[in-house]
Amino acid sequence: MTMTARKPGTRTAPPPAPAGATAPAPAASRTRLLDFTDVAMTFANGTTALSGVDLTVDAGEFVTVVGPSGCGKSTLLRIASGLESASAGRVDVRTDRIGYVFQDATLLPWRNVRANVELLAELQKEPKAERARKAQEAIDLVGLSGFERNLPKELSGGMRMRTSLARSLTLDPQLFLFDEPFGALDEITRERLNDELIRLFTEKRFAGLFITHSVSEAVYLSTKVVVMSGRPGRIVKTFDVPFDMPRNPDIRFTPEFAELTGEVSHALREGHR
Amino acid sequence: MTAADTVAAPAAPSAEDPSGGAASGGPAAARRSPGGSRSRLSLWVPPLVVLGVIIAAWYFVSLVVLGRRNYLLPPPHTVIAESFLDTSILVDILDATWRTSQVALAGLGAAIVIGVIWAIAMSQARWVERSTFPYAVLLQCTPILALVPLIGFWFGYDFLARTIVCVLIALFPMVSNTLFGLQSVDQAHRELFALQGAGRGTVLAKLELPAALPAIFAGMRISAGLSVVGAIVGDFFFQRGTPGIGALLSKYVNRLEGAHLFGAIIAAALLGVVIFGLFGLIAKAAIGRWYDFA
Repeated sequence: MTMTARKPGTRTAPPPAPAGATAPAPAASRTRLLDFTDVAMTFANGTTALSGVDLTVDAGEFVTVVGPSGCGKSTLLRIASGLESASAGRVDVRTDRIGYVFQDATLLPWRNVRANVELLAELQKEPKAERARKAQEAIDLVGLSGFERNLPKELSGGMRMRTSLARSLTLDPQLFLFDEPFGALDEITRERLNDELIRLFTEKRFAGLFITHSVSEAVYLSTKVVVMSGRPGRIVKTFDVPFDMPRNPDIRFTPEFAELTGEVSHALREGHR
Repeated sequence: MTAADTVAAPAAPSAEDPSGGAASGGPAAARRSPGGSRSRLSLWVPPLVVLGVIIAAWYFVSLVVLGRRNYLLPPPHTVIAESFLDTSILVDILDATWRTSQVALAGLGAAIVIGVIWAIAMSQARWVERSTFPYAVLLQCTPILALVPLIGFWFGYDFLARTIVCVLIALFPMVSNTLFGLQSVDQAHRELFALQGAGRGTVLAKLELPAALPAIFAGMRISAGLSVVGAIVGDFFFQRGTPGIGALLSKYVNRLEGAHLFGAIIAAALLGVVIFGLFGLIAKAAIGRWYDFA
Protein backbone atom coordinates (compact mmCIF):
# COMPACT_ATOMS: atom_id res chain seq x y z
CA MET A 1 0.00 0.00 0.00
CA THR A 2 1.04 3.58 -0.33
CA MET A 3 1.18 5.90 2.56
CA THR A 4 2.12 9.49 2.88
CA ALA A 5 4.13 10.00 5.97
CA ARG A 6 3.63 13.32 7.62
CA LYS A 7 6.90 15.14 7.51
CA PRO A 8 8.09 16.53 10.78
CA GLY A 9 9.79 19.87 10.90
CA THR A 10 7.34 22.66 10.18
CA ARG A 11 6.04 22.77 13.68
CA THR A 12 4.59 26.10 14.56
CA ALA A 13 3.44 24.84 17.90
CA PRO A 14 3.85 26.92 21.03
CA PRO A 15 5.91 25.26 23.77
CA PRO A 16 3.88 22.64 25.64
CA ALA A 17 1.99 24.06 28.55
CA PRO A 18 2.75 22.74 32.01
CA ALA A 19 0.13 20.20 33.03
CA GLY A 20 -3.19 21.75 33.81
CA ALA A 21 -1.76 25.19 34.47
CA THR A 22 -2.48 27.56 31.61
CA ALA A 23 -5.59 27.51 29.52
CA PRO A 24 -5.12 28.46 25.87
CA ALA A 25 -5.91 32.03 24.88
CA PRO A 26 -9.60 32.51 24.02
CA ALA A 27 -8.65 33.75 20.56
CA ALA A 28 -7.26 30.34 19.71
CA SER A 29 -10.47 28.58 20.62
CA ARG A 30 -12.11 29.34 17.26
CA THR A 31 -9.22 28.10 15.16
CA ARG A 32 -10.37 25.74 12.47
CA LEU A 33 -7.98 22.81 12.77
CA LEU A 34 -9.55 20.45 10.26
CA ASP A 35 -11.50 21.43 7.19
CA PHE A 36 -12.78 18.88 4.68
CA THR A 37 -14.55 20.25 1.62
CA ASP A 38 -16.33 17.88 -0.76
CA VAL A 39 -13.86 15.11 0.01
CA ALA A 40 -14.18 11.83 -1.85
CA MET A 41 -12.19 8.66 -1.64
CA THR A 42 -12.09 5.95 -4.24
CA PHE A 43 -9.62 3.14 -3.73
CA ALA A 44 -7.51 1.58 -6.48
CA ASN A 45 -9.87 -1.41 -6.61
CA GLY A 46 -12.78 0.90 -7.48
CA THR A 47 -14.46 0.92 -4.08
CA THR A 48 -15.83 4.34 -3.23
CA ALA A 49 -15.41 4.82 0.50
CA LEU A 50 -16.40 8.47 0.83
CA SER A 51 -18.24 10.94 -1.33
CA GLY A 52 -18.95 14.63 -0.92
CA VAL A 53 -17.87 14.88 2.72
CA ASP A 54 -17.82 18.34 4.31
CA LEU A 55 -16.51 18.28 7.84
CA THR A 56 -14.86 20.77 10.13
CA VAL A 57 -13.27 20.45 13.53
CA ASP A 58 -12.53 23.66 15.41
CA ALA A 59 -10.33 24.07 18.44
CA GLY A 60 -12.37 23.28 21.53
CA GLU A 61 -14.65 20.90 19.66
CA PHE A 62 -14.99 17.19 20.17
CA VAL A 63 -16.58 15.78 17.05
CA THR A 64 -17.76 12.18 16.90
CA VAL A 65 -18.56 10.37 13.70
CA VAL A 66 -21.05 7.51 13.89
CA GLY A 67 -21.93 5.31 10.99
CA PRO A 68 -22.50 1.70 10.00
CA SER A 69 -19.50 -0.60 9.61
CA GLY A 70 -17.62 -0.14 6.37
CA CYS A 71 -19.00 3.35 5.72
CA GLY A 72 -15.55 4.93 5.49
CA LYS A 73 -15.40 6.43 8.97
CA SER A 74 -11.86 5.22 9.46
CA THR A 75 -10.87 6.41 6.01
CA LEU A 76 -11.83 9.89 7.18
CA LEU A 77 -9.25 9.69 9.94
CA ARG A 78 -6.61 8.17 7.70
CA ILE A 79 -7.00 11.11 5.34
CA ALA A 80 -6.91 13.62 8.18
CA SER A 81 -3.71 12.08 9.57
CA GLY A 82 -1.98 11.91 6.20
CA LEU A 83 -1.85 8.11 6.12
CA GLU A 84 -3.87 8.32 2.92
CA SER A 85 -4.67 11.08 0.46
CA ALA A 86 -8.20 11.88 -0.65
CA SER A 87 -8.91 11.21 -4.30
CA ALA A 88 -10.97 14.40 -4.63
CA GLY A 89 -11.87 17.51 -2.64
CA ARG A 90 -9.98 19.85 -0.34
CA VAL A 91 -8.35 18.71 2.86
CA ASP A 92 -6.95 21.35 5.19
CA VAL A 93 -5.23 20.26 8.36
CA ARG A 94 -3.94 23.32 10.14
CA THR A 95 -1.70 21.73 12.72
CA ASP A 96 1.22 19.36 12.81
CA ARG A 97 0.55 18.25 16.35
CA ILE A 98 -1.77 15.35 15.61
CA GLY A 99 -2.42 12.50 17.97
CA TYR A 100 -3.71 9.26 16.47
CA VAL A 101 -5.19 6.51 18.60
CA PHE A 102 -5.63 3.24 16.74
CA GLN A 103 -8.40 0.68 17.10
CA ASP A 104 -6.03 -1.58 19.01
CA ALA A 105 -3.57 -0.25 21.53
CA THR A 106 -0.74 -1.08 19.04
CA LEU A 107 1.86 -1.24 21.80
CA LEU A 108 5.22 -2.80 21.04
CA PRO A 109 5.19 -6.02 23.08
CA TRP A 110 8.92 -5.92 23.83
CA ARG A 111 8.75 -2.46 25.39
CA ASN A 112 7.42 -1.78 28.85
CA VAL A 113 4.81 0.91 29.49
CA ARG A 114 7.37 3.70 29.89
CA ALA A 115 9.32 2.76 26.78
CA ASN A 116 6.10 2.47 24.78
CA VAL A 117 4.95 5.89 25.90
CA GLU A 118 8.35 7.33 25.04
CA LEU A 119 8.28 5.91 21.51
CA LEU A 120 6.81 8.84 19.61
CA ALA A 121 9.12 11.41 21.20
CA GLU A 122 11.98 9.01 20.49
CA LEU A 123 10.98 8.85 16.82
CA GLN A 124 10.87 12.65 16.83
CA LYS A 125 14.50 12.46 18.03
CA GLU A 126 13.84 14.40 21.20
CA PRO A 127 16.56 14.33 23.87
CA LYS A 128 16.36 11.52 26.38
CA ALA A 129 15.63 13.64 29.44
CA GLU A 130 12.88 15.51 27.62
CA ARG A 131 11.06 12.39 26.45
CA ALA A 132 11.38 10.78 29.88
CA ARG A 133 9.78 13.85 31.40
CA LYS A 134 6.94 13.89 28.85
CA ALA A 135 6.36 10.16 29.23
CA GLN A 136 6.14 10.37 33.01
CA GLU A 137 3.72 13.28 32.79
CA ALA A 138 1.50 11.39 30.34
CA ILE A 139 1.65 8.18 32.39
CA ASP A 140 0.58 10.08 35.50
CA LEU A 141 -2.18 11.79 33.55
CA VAL A 142 -3.80 8.52 32.44
CA GLY A 143 -3.43 6.97 35.89
CA LEU A 144 -0.79 4.36 35.11
CA SER A 145 1.76 5.47 37.72
CA GLY A 146 3.39 2.41 39.23
CA PHE A 147 2.99 0.36 36.04
CA GLU A 148 5.86 1.98 34.13
CA ARG A 149 7.92 -1.20 34.08
CA ASN A 150 5.11 -3.59 33.18
CA LEU A 151 5.01 -5.19 29.76
CA PRO A 152 1.88 -4.90 27.61
CA LYS A 153 1.07 -8.60 28.07
CA GLU A 154 0.82 -8.01 31.79
CA LEU A 155 -1.85 -5.31 31.39
CA SER A 156 -5.59 -5.51 30.95
CA GLY A 157 -7.21 -4.24 27.76
CA GLY A 158 -8.22 -1.01 29.45
CA MET A 159 -4.72 -0.38 30.76
CA ARG A 160 -3.25 -1.06 27.33
CA MET A 161 -5.57 1.53 25.85
CA ARG A 162 -4.53 4.00 28.57
CA THR A 163 -0.90 3.38 27.62
CA SER A 164 -1.80 4.06 24.01
CA LEU A 165 -3.53 7.31 25.02
CA ALA A 166 -0.50 8.34 27.08
CA ARG A 167 1.76 7.65 24.10
CA SER A 168 -0.23 10.08 21.94
CA LEU A 169 -0.44 12.64 24.74
CA THR A 170 3.37 12.99 24.71
CA LEU A 171 2.97 14.78 21.37
CA ASP A 172 0.78 17.37 23.13
CA PRO A 173 -1.63 17.17 20.21
CA GLN A 174 -3.81 20.04 19.10
CA LEU A 175 -5.91 17.63 17.07
CA PHE A 176 -6.60 14.19 18.47
CA LEU A 177 -7.89 11.48 16.13
CA PHE A 178 -9.52 8.38 17.62
CA ASP A 179 -10.31 5.35 15.48
CA GLU A 180 -12.89 3.39 17.53
CA PRO A 181 -10.40 3.06 20.36
CA PHE A 182 -12.74 1.56 22.95
CA GLY A 183 -14.69 -0.77 20.68
CA ALA A 184 -13.01 -3.90 21.98
CA LEU A 185 -13.44 -3.08 25.66
CA ASP A 186 -16.18 -4.17 28.01
CA GLU A 187 -18.96 -1.74 28.92
CA ILE A 188 -17.64 -0.70 32.34
CA THR A 189 -14.10 -0.11 31.12
CA ARG A 190 -15.43 1.79 28.15
CA GLU A 191 -17.54 4.12 30.31
CA ARG A 192 -14.59 4.78 32.61
CA LEU A 193 -12.32 5.58 29.71
CA ASN A 194 -14.98 7.86 28.26
CA ASP A 195 -14.91 9.88 31.49
CA GLU A 196 -11.11 9.88 31.48
CA LEU A 197 -11.14 11.14 27.92
CA ILE A 198 -13.54 13.94 28.79
CA ARG A 199 -11.29 14.91 31.69
CA LEU A 200 -8.27 14.98 29.36
CA PHE A 201 -10.25 17.00 26.82
CA THR A 202 -11.23 19.64 29.36
CA GLU A 203 -7.71 19.75 30.82
CA LYS A 204 -5.60 19.68 27.67
CA ARG A 205 -7.99 21.51 25.35
CA PHE A 206 -7.20 19.49 22.25
CA ALA A 207 -9.77 19.21 19.49
CA GLY A 208 -11.08 15.68 19.00
CA LEU A 209 -12.31 13.68 16.05
CA PHE A 210 -13.65 10.40 17.35
CA ILE A 211 -14.96 7.44 15.38
CA THR A 212 -17.38 5.01 16.96
CA HIS A 213 -20.42 2.92 16.15
CA SER A 214 -21.91 3.38 19.60
CA VAL A 215 -24.53 6.12 19.56
CA SER A 216 -24.57 6.64 23.33
CA GLU A 217 -20.79 6.89 23.43
CA ALA A 218 -20.95 9.45 20.64
CA VAL A 219 -23.53 11.63 22.39
CA TYR A 220 -21.86 11.32 25.77
CA LEU A 221 -18.36 12.24 24.59
CA SER A 222 -18.82 14.95 22.06
CA THR A 223 -19.81 18.51 21.43
CA LYS A 224 -20.96 17.58 17.92
CA VAL A 225 -22.17 14.27 16.48
CA VAL A 226 -21.89 13.59 12.77
CA VAL A 227 -23.94 10.76 11.29
CA MET A 228 -22.68 9.00 8.18
CA SER A 229 -24.55 6.84 5.71
CA GLY A 230 -23.57 3.41 4.47
CA ARG A 231 -21.08 3.10 1.64
CA PRO A 232 -20.22 5.32 -0.04
CA GLY A 233 -20.06 7.30 3.18
CA ARG A 234 -21.80 10.67 3.15
CA ILE A 235 -22.67 12.90 6.05
CA VAL A 236 -26.42 12.69 6.49
CA LYS A 237 -26.93 14.77 9.62
CA THR A 238 -25.05 16.76 12.26
CA PHE A 239 -26.21 17.25 15.85
CA ASP A 240 -24.91 19.76 18.39
CA VAL A 241 -24.71 18.27 21.87
CA PRO A 242 -25.84 20.86 24.42
CA PHE A 243 -24.67 19.22 27.68
CA ASP A 244 -21.96 20.83 29.85
CA MET A 245 -18.35 19.73 29.82
CA PRO A 246 -17.07 17.93 31.83
CA ARG A 247 -20.03 15.61 31.61
CA ASN A 248 -21.83 14.34 34.63
CA PRO A 249 -22.06 10.53 34.16
CA ASP A 250 -25.69 10.72 35.26
CA ILE A 251 -26.79 12.69 32.22
CA ARG A 252 -26.95 9.30 30.52
CA PHE A 253 -30.17 8.71 32.43
CA THR A 254 -31.84 12.04 31.64
CA PRO A 255 -34.73 12.34 29.16
CA GLU A 256 -32.75 14.94 27.18
CA PHE A 257 -29.90 12.46 26.66
CA ALA A 258 -32.34 9.72 25.69
CA GLU A 259 -34.07 12.03 23.25
CA LEU A 260 -30.82 13.04 21.54
CA THR A 261 -29.55 9.45 21.31
CA GLY A 262 -32.91 8.55 19.86
CA GLU A 263 -32.63 11.22 17.18
CA VAL A 264 -29.06 10.17 16.32
CA SER A 265 -30.10 6.51 16.12
CA HIS A 266 -32.99 7.48 13.90
CA ALA A 267 -30.72 9.44 11.54
CA LEU A 268 -28.33 6.49 11.50
CA ARG A 269 -31.12 4.13 10.49
CA GLU A 270 -32.36 6.55 7.81
CA GLY A 271 -28.86 6.84 6.37
CA HIS A 272 -28.36 3.12 6.36
CA ARG A 273 -31.26 2.46 4.00
CA MET B 1 9.13 -28.11 21.24
CA THR B 2 10.74 -29.88 24.12
CA ALA B 3 9.01 -30.82 27.30
CA ALA B 4 10.91 -28.08 29.13
CA ASP B 5 9.30 -25.45 26.92
CA THR B 6 5.84 -26.59 27.75
CA VAL B 7 6.52 -26.60 31.45
CA ALA B 8 7.98 -23.12 31.58
CA ALA B 9 5.37 -21.31 29.51
CA PRO B 10 3.11 -19.20 31.71
CA ALA B 11 -0.47 -20.33 31.75
CA ALA B 12 -2.18 -17.04 30.94
CA PRO B 13 -0.66 -13.75 29.88
CA SER B 14 -2.17 -11.62 32.56
CA ALA B 15 -4.65 -11.14 35.28
CA GLU B 16 -7.30 -9.15 33.46
CA ASP B 17 -8.37 -6.04 35.23
CA PRO B 18 -11.96 -5.54 34.14
CA SER B 19 -12.23 -2.07 35.60
CA GLY B 20 -9.38 -0.86 33.43
CA GLY B 21 -8.18 1.01 36.48
CA ALA B 22 -4.71 1.13 37.87
CA ALA B 23 -5.79 0.27 41.39
CA SER B 24 -5.20 -3.48 41.34
CA GLY B 25 -1.96 -5.07 42.46
CA GLY B 26 0.97 -6.25 40.38
CA PRO B 27 -0.52 -8.33 37.57
CA ALA B 28 2.59 -10.44 37.16
CA ALA B 29 2.00 -12.34 40.38
CA ALA B 30 0.75 -15.86 41.03
CA ARG B 31 0.65 -17.60 37.70
CA ARG B 32 1.38 -21.24 38.34
CA SER B 33 -1.27 -23.35 39.93
CA PRO B 34 -0.45 -25.15 43.18
CA GLY B 35 -0.71 -28.45 41.26
CA GLY B 36 2.40 -27.52 39.25
CA SER B 37 4.63 -30.30 40.56
CA ARG B 38 2.02 -32.88 39.74
CA SER B 39 1.64 -31.70 36.14
CA ARG B 40 5.45 -31.68 35.87
CA LEU B 41 5.44 -35.33 36.89
CA SER B 42 2.77 -36.14 34.32
CA LEU B 43 5.00 -34.54 31.67
CA TRP B 44 8.02 -36.67 32.48
CA VAL B 45 6.44 -40.02 33.18
CA PRO B 46 5.01 -40.90 29.72
CA PRO B 47 8.27 -40.42 27.78
CA LEU B 48 10.14 -42.36 30.48
CA VAL B 49 7.68 -45.22 30.10
CA VAL B 50 8.31 -45.19 26.33
CA LEU B 51 12.06 -45.21 27.01
CA GLY B 52 11.60 -48.28 29.20
CA VAL B 53 9.66 -50.01 26.43
CA ILE B 54 12.37 -49.18 23.88
CA ILE B 55 15.13 -50.54 26.12
CA ALA B 56 13.13 -53.69 26.78
CA ALA B 57 12.60 -54.19 23.05
CA TRP B 58 16.28 -53.53 22.48
CA TYR B 59 17.23 -56.28 24.96
CA PHE B 60 14.66 -58.60 23.45
CA VAL B 61 15.96 -58.18 19.89
CA SER B 62 19.59 -58.27 20.98
CA LEU B 63 19.46 -61.28 23.29
CA VAL B 64 16.53 -63.34 21.99
CA VAL B 65 16.11 -62.56 18.28
CA LEU B 66 19.73 -62.02 17.26
CA GLY B 67 21.38 -64.21 19.87
CA ARG B 68 24.92 -64.94 18.65
CA ARG B 69 24.73 -62.38 15.85
CA ASN B 70 24.06 -59.56 18.33
CA TYR B 71 27.19 -57.66 17.26
CA LEU B 72 24.57 -56.07 14.93
CA LEU B 73 22.75 -54.72 17.99
CA PRO B 74 24.72 -55.17 21.20
CA PRO B 75 22.59 -54.96 24.35
CA PRO B 76 22.52 -51.53 26.07
CA HIS B 77 24.80 -52.47 28.95
CA THR B 78 27.46 -53.68 26.50
CA VAL B 79 27.23 -50.39 24.59
CA ILE B 80 27.70 -48.41 27.80
CA ALA B 81 30.50 -50.62 29.08
CA GLU B 82 32.48 -50.74 25.83
CA SER B 83 32.05 -47.14 24.63
CA PHE B 84 31.52 -45.00 27.69
CA LEU B 85 33.28 -46.90 30.47
CA ASP B 86 36.32 -47.74 28.35
CA THR B 87 38.34 -44.55 28.73
CA SER B 88 40.28 -44.81 25.47
CA ILE B 89 37.10 -45.23 23.40
CA LEU B 90 35.30 -42.54 25.43
CA VAL B 91 38.14 -40.08 24.72
CA ASP B 92 37.94 -40.90 21.00
CA ILE B 93 34.19 -40.31 20.98
CA LEU B 94 34.38 -37.09 23.00
CA ASP B 95 37.20 -35.72 20.83
CA ALA B 96 35.25 -36.46 17.68
CA THR B 97 32.09 -34.96 19.16
CA TRP B 98 33.97 -31.81 20.11
CA ARG B 99 35.42 -31.45 16.58
CA THR B 100 31.98 -32.01 15.06
CA SER B 101 30.45 -29.39 17.31
CA GLN B 102 33.15 -26.89 16.27
CA VAL B 103 32.28 -27.43 12.62
CA ALA B 104 28.56 -27.32 13.33
CA LEU B 105 28.78 -24.11 15.37
CA ALA B 106 31.05 -22.42 12.82
CA GLY B 107 28.65 -23.38 10.03
CA LEU B 108 25.64 -22.34 12.05
CA GLY B 109 27.20 -18.99 12.94
CA ALA B 110 27.94 -18.30 9.28
CA ALA B 111 24.42 -19.41 8.27
CA ILE B 112 22.87 -17.08 10.87
CA VAL B 113 24.91 -14.06 9.74
CA ILE B 114 24.43 -14.69 6.02
CA GLY B 115 20.75 -15.62 6.45
CA VAL B 116 19.80 -12.57 8.50
CA ILE B 117 21.69 -10.16 6.23
CA TRP B 118 20.19 -11.74 3.11
CA ALA B 119 16.68 -11.54 4.56
CA ILE B 120 17.15 -7.90 5.58
CA ALA B 121 18.33 -7.07 2.06
CA MET B 122 15.25 -8.78 0.64
CA SER B 123 12.90 -6.98 3.02
CA GLN B 124 14.45 -3.61 2.20
CA ALA B 125 14.39 -3.93 -1.57
CA ARG B 126 11.69 -5.73 -3.49
CA TRP B 127 14.02 -6.38 -6.43
CA VAL B 128 16.50 -8.21 -4.20
CA GLU B 129 13.69 -10.46 -3.02
CA ARG B 130 12.35 -11.02 -6.53
CA SER B 131 15.75 -11.78 -7.98
CA THR B 132 17.32 -13.86 -5.21
CA PHE B 133 14.60 -15.60 -3.21
CA PRO B 134 14.00 -18.22 -5.94
CA TYR B 135 17.63 -19.27 -5.47
CA ALA B 136 17.14 -19.64 -1.73
CA VAL B 137 14.28 -21.99 -2.54
CA LEU B 138 16.40 -23.76 -5.17
CA LEU B 139 19.11 -24.23 -2.54
CA GLN B 140 16.53 -25.77 -0.25
CA CYS B 141 15.27 -28.12 -2.98
CA THR B 142 18.68 -29.25 -4.16
CA PRO B 143 19.84 -32.37 -2.34
CA ILE B 144 22.93 -30.92 -0.67
CA LEU B 145 24.56 -34.35 -0.88
CA ALA B 146 24.77 -33.77 -4.63
CA LEU B 147 26.87 -30.66 -4.02
CA VAL B 148 29.18 -32.15 -1.40
CA PRO B 149 31.73 -33.68 -3.82
CA LEU B 150 31.94 -30.36 -5.64
CA ILE B 151 32.58 -28.51 -2.39
CA GLY B 152 35.48 -30.83 -1.64
CA PHE B 153 36.75 -30.41 -5.19
CA TRP B 154 36.79 -26.63 -4.78
CA PHE B 155 37.64 -26.05 -1.13
CA GLY B 156 39.70 -29.07 -0.18
CA TYR B 157 38.72 -31.87 2.16
CA ASP B 158 39.29 -30.06 5.41
CA PHE B 159 37.55 -27.91 8.04
CA LEU B 160 36.54 -25.22 5.52
CA ALA B 161 34.77 -27.66 3.22
CA ARG B 162 32.96 -29.30 6.14
CA THR B 163 31.83 -25.88 7.40
CA ILE B 164 30.53 -24.92 3.95
CA VAL B 165 28.40 -28.06 3.86
CA CYS B 166 26.89 -27.00 7.19
CA VAL B 167 26.16 -23.51 5.91
CA LEU B 168 24.43 -24.82 2.79
CA ILE B 169 22.23 -27.12 4.83
CA ALA B 170 21.46 -24.63 7.61
CA LEU B 171 21.00 -21.46 5.56
CA PHE B 172 17.46 -21.76 4.24
CA PRO B 173 15.56 -21.86 7.55
CA MET B 174 17.44 -18.74 8.65
CA VAL B 175 16.62 -16.85 5.45
CA SER B 176 12.98 -17.84 5.24
CA ASN B 177 12.22 -17.40 8.94
CA THR B 178 13.90 -14.01 9.16
CA LEU B 179 12.19 -12.78 6.01
CA PHE B 180 8.83 -14.01 7.26
CA GLY B 181 9.41 -12.28 10.60
CA LEU B 182 10.40 -8.98 9.01
CA GLN B 183 7.44 -9.03 6.65
CA SER B 184 4.75 -9.99 9.11
CA VAL B 185 5.00 -6.80 11.14
CA ASP B 186 1.55 -5.50 12.05
CA GLN B 187 0.29 -2.87 9.60
CA ALA B 188 -0.95 -0.58 12.40
CA HIS B 189 2.54 -0.63 13.91
CA ARG B 190 4.00 0.42 10.56
CA GLU B 191 1.50 3.27 10.40
CA LEU B 192 2.36 4.32 13.93
CA PHE B 193 5.96 4.77 12.79
CA ALA B 194 4.97 6.35 9.46
CA LEU B 195 2.89 9.00 11.24
CA GLN B 196 6.07 10.19 12.97
CA GLY B 197 7.95 10.26 9.68
CA ALA B 198 10.29 7.45 10.76
CA GLY B 199 12.86 6.47 8.13
CA ARG B 200 13.55 2.94 6.90
CA GLY B 201 16.56 2.46 9.13
CA THR B 202 14.55 3.46 12.19
CA VAL B 203 11.66 1.20 11.24
CA LEU B 204 14.08 -1.70 10.71
CA ALA B 205 15.94 -1.19 13.98
CA LYS B 206 13.05 -0.27 16.27
CA LEU B 207 10.18 -2.21 14.75
CA GLU B 208 10.96 -4.88 12.16
CA LEU B 209 13.99 -6.55 13.73
CA PRO B 210 12.58 -6.74 17.27
CA ALA B 211 9.26 -7.99 15.89
CA ALA B 212 11.11 -10.61 13.83
CA LEU B 213 13.14 -11.97 16.75
CA PRO B 214 10.75 -14.82 17.63
CA ALA B 215 10.83 -16.02 14.01
CA ILE B 216 14.60 -15.58 13.83
CA PHE B 217 15.11 -17.68 16.95
CA ALA B 218 12.74 -20.35 15.63
CA GLY B 219 14.88 -20.44 12.47
CA MET B 220 18.04 -20.74 14.58
CA ARG B 221 16.74 -23.80 16.35
CA ILE B 222 15.94 -25.56 13.08
CA SER B 223 19.27 -24.52 11.59
CA ALA B 224 21.13 -25.67 14.69
CA GLY B 225 19.84 -29.22 14.25
CA LEU B 226 20.58 -29.15 10.53
CA SER B 227 24.13 -27.89 11.03
CA VAL B 228 24.91 -30.97 13.15
CA VAL B 229 23.64 -33.10 10.27
CA GLY B 230 25.82 -31.08 7.89
CA ALA B 231 28.92 -31.53 10.02
CA ILE B 232 28.47 -35.31 10.15
CA VAL B 233 27.77 -35.53 6.40
CA GLY B 234 30.91 -33.46 5.81
CA ASP B 235 32.89 -35.98 7.89
CA PHE B 236 31.80 -38.86 5.72
CA PHE B 237 33.06 -37.18 2.58
CA PHE B 238 36.06 -35.18 3.76
CA GLN B 239 38.41 -37.24 5.85
CA ARG B 240 41.42 -34.98 5.69
CA GLY B 241 42.61 -33.00 8.73
CA THR B 242 40.75 -33.86 11.93
CA PRO B 243 37.30 -35.06 11.01
CA GLY B 244 34.71 -35.56 13.70
CA ILE B 245 32.09 -38.06 14.66
CA GLY B 246 31.13 -38.99 11.09
CA ALA B 247 34.60 -40.33 10.48
CA LEU B 248 34.43 -42.27 13.71
CA LEU B 249 31.11 -43.79 12.63
CA SER B 250 32.62 -45.01 9.32
CA LYS B 251 35.62 -46.42 11.16
CA TYR B 252 33.49 -48.42 13.61
CA VAL B 253 31.25 -49.72 10.82
CA ASN B 254 34.25 -50.89 8.80
CA ARG B 255 35.62 -52.73 11.82
CA LEU B 256 32.21 -54.22 12.71
CA GLU B 257 32.49 -52.68 16.20
CA GLY B 258 28.79 -52.56 16.95
CA ALA B 259 29.01 -51.41 20.56
CA HIS B 260 31.33 -48.52 19.68
CA LEU B 261 29.14 -47.61 16.73
CA PHE B 262 26.13 -47.30 18.98
CA GLY B 263 28.14 -45.27 21.46
CA ALA B 264 29.11 -42.82 18.71
CA ILE B 265 25.51 -42.63 17.48
CA ILE B 266 24.30 -41.82 20.98
CA ALA B 267 26.99 -39.12 21.27
CA ALA B 268 25.87 -37.62 17.94
CA ALA B 269 22.23 -37.66 19.09
CA LEU B 270 23.14 -36.01 22.38
CA LEU B 271 25.11 -33.34 20.52
CA GLY B 272 22.05 -32.55 18.44
CA VAL B 273 19.83 -32.39 21.52
CA VAL B 274 22.31 -30.17 23.38
CA ILE B 275 22.66 -27.69 20.50
CA PHE B 276 18.89 -27.61 19.97
CA GLY B 277 18.31 -27.07 23.68
CA LEU B 278 21.06 -24.46 23.88
CA PHE B 279 19.37 -22.33 21.25
CA GLY B 280 16.05 -22.77 22.99
CA LEU B 281 17.63 -21.38 26.15
CA ILE B 282 19.24 -18.51 24.26
CA ALA B 283 15.87 -17.63 22.71
CA LYS B 284 14.16 -17.76 26.07
CA ALA B 285 16.81 -15.56 27.66
CA ALA B 286 16.62 -13.04 24.82
CA ILE B 287 12.89 -12.68 24.25
CA GLY B 288 11.13 -14.91 26.80
CA ARG B 289 10.34 -11.83 28.86
CA TRP B 290 7.80 -10.58 26.34
CA TYR B 291 7.22 -13.49 23.98
CA ASP B 292 5.30 -16.59 25.05
CA PHE B 293 6.70 -19.69 23.40
CA ALA B 294 3.75 -21.88 22.52
